[in-house]
Amino acid sequence: MTVVAVDVAKSRAKRATRRRNSALRQFFRNPKALAGVVLFGMFLVVAVFAPAIAPYNPTSTAFGMLQPPSHAHWFGTTSLGQDVFSQFIWGTRTTLIVGVGAGLLSTVIAILIGVTAGYVGGIVDSILNALCNIFLVMPGLALLIIIESYVHNSTPYMNGLIIALTGWAWGARVMRSMALTIASRDYIAAARLSGMSTLRIIVFEIVPNMTSVIASNVMYACLAAVLAESGLAYLGFENVASTSWGTMLYWATQNSALMSGAWWWFVPPGLGIALLGTSFALMNFGIDQVTNPRLRTSRRRRQVDKLLRELRANQSEVHSDGRDARSGASD
Amino acid sequence: MRYFLNRFGFLVLSLWAAITLNFILPRLMPGNPAQAMIAKQAGNINPAALKAIEEQLGLSNGPLWQQYFQYLGNLLTGHWGASFQYFPTPVVSIIATSLPWTIALLGVVTIIAVVVGTLIGILIAWRRGGTADNVIPVATMFGQAIPTFWLGLILIYFFGFVHHWFPLAHGYGDDVTPGLNGPFLASAIYHSILPAVVVFVGSISGWIVGMRNNMITTLGEDYVVFAEAKGVPKRRLILSYAARNALLPQLTSVAIALSSIIGGQILIEQVFSYPGIGYGLTNAVASEDYPLIQGMFLIIAVTALVINFIVDMLYGRLDPRVRRRGRRE
Repeated sequence: MTVVAVDVAKSRAKRATRRRNSALRQFFRNPKALAGVVLFGMFLVVAVFAPAIAPYNPTSTAFGMLQPPSHAHWFGTTSLGQDVFSQFIWGTRTTLIVGVGAGLLSTVIAILIGVTAGYVGGIVDSILNALCNIFLVMPGLALLIIIESYVHNSTPYMNGLIIALTGWAWGARVMRSMALTIASRDYIAAARLSGMSTLRIIVFEIVPNMTSVIASNVMYACLAAVLAESGLAYLGFENVASTSWGTMLYWATQNSALMSGAWWWFVPPGLGIALLGTSFALMNFGIDQVTNPRLRTSRRRRQVDKLLRELRANQSEVHSDGRDARSGASD
Repeated sequence: MRYFLNRFGFLVLSLWAAITLNFILPRLMPGNPAQAMIAKQAGNINPAALKAIEEQLGLSNGPLWQQYFQYLGNLLTGHWGASFQYFPTPVVSIIATSLPWTIALLGVVTIIAVVVGTLIGILIAWRRGGTADNVIPVATMFGQAIPTFWLGLILIYFFGFVHHWFPLAHGYGDDVTPGLNGPFLASAIYHSILPAVVVFVGSISGWIVGMRNNMITTLGEDYVVFAEAKGVPKRRLILSYAARNALLPQLTSVAIALSSIIGGQILIEQVFSYPGIGYGLTNAVASEDYPLIQGMFLIIAVTALVINFIVDMLYGRLDPRVRRRGRRE
């Protein structure tokens, strides 16, 4: 029995690797996904080399006040005489660390809760599922705001932590339904019969088969975390001495950049958030293209269209059988 | 009936969770900041009211379970405490003046966004593979990634500051008296156009993408293929065969998107100083008005949970399968 289970596992693993490699190739061949990767890569480079790229100290107030963009100050200066470009560069680092960190952490929590609920089932599932549904319907930002009202002067990293701890519900729901379908497969039964512990089954048999769902969830969670962090920082719930895109927007509105026409102050950080978020969304789209059964249906639809055209052309009998395409679409 | 009981049970459970969270949070935080605030207020507030506020925020010495039941009792009887900032105005009456603003903006714009977004989604699915089908998903990705409050800032700058077409902030002009009179309503609508546009832009992309995906799924179903094969006209095929069934999942999305729409609206109200619940909440936090913070959060949570319940009920009415299974998957 064990031998069979191991053999099954081995051949599955081999097939899985092959599938994954071709999936990666497919991912990079998708122009939208590639654009997302390039865009994200640019922000990553800026974040890593921020000290080298930023021309000035972001907190230095040594320059003229509210100067429009010029050769010396590409994005102009603030009303305190700070260089907006340097702030933007350093802000990239903070926002990226917090966004990606919170996205990864909330995905880990989502996996823990979702997979446990889906695989273990029974009362554990009922409790975890109820918890997940409650977090899902609770207005997230309002929850974050009242938590912040008790945590004074939160650092960006603290905010990231709070965002991750409150923002895992959607991912957990997806993980749970995925784990539910995987748990009912034969090879899991084989693993269980061979005496594998529940934890081992979850870590080595279930989670590796959810790679695409996890990757997609990371992208989604990072996008949500970047937006939540910038929103909180904009409202002033982040140590206002820190340099992030959100705090830049906070200071811009506090010092009425709008009313002094200083568009160079509030346009770059918002555009940065939007572009970083778009890069996550584009990569997510690419993952979807490769793995989502829905879009497989659209491929089937194309086949159907072709068939229908032929049907109309020669009025002959054409029989289409698309059972295979539907097998994965029952989520 | 079973479905109703199930969803109603969930409504009660989630309401209880929100209320309990509100109870636990101030008691959980080390060095309760509410305490410092109360010490500051001691001069302006009469001792009896102060004591009530202390109890509400977990500063009394009674055993925890006793505090908890007292808290629940006060909530149910409408004793939500008095605001620090506007003492002695009760929190409940502040909420009552700001809730209609939020509900009006949220309700009207969300309904418009859902309808328009769904129609565009159907249209894109109709012309599968066309230019719109390629361009719009990317545009909506960008739309979803734009922070809505920043979009608000940009619109205020452009339409308010540069061109003076719309007011920069607030819910109505200084020259009108609030109430059911023409000038006030006109002023309120005029003031709410920019915030409405931002809420609309912020949420429409989700509806478009959602409906497009639902349509593509349904267009691949056997019954649609069969109908097409037997020669049902395209318009009828799209609208009566595919769209009707693709609409259902869209309704589920309303429930899921709700919490993020409300979150977005809190920020937008803050940007426009729009006199709703979100603006009230952020202001209360800024001035450390803890009784008001608690009340505002609770009413936001209750609004979200009740709307979610209503959507669930609608879903049950429209889809008999759900009612029979007793639960929405």
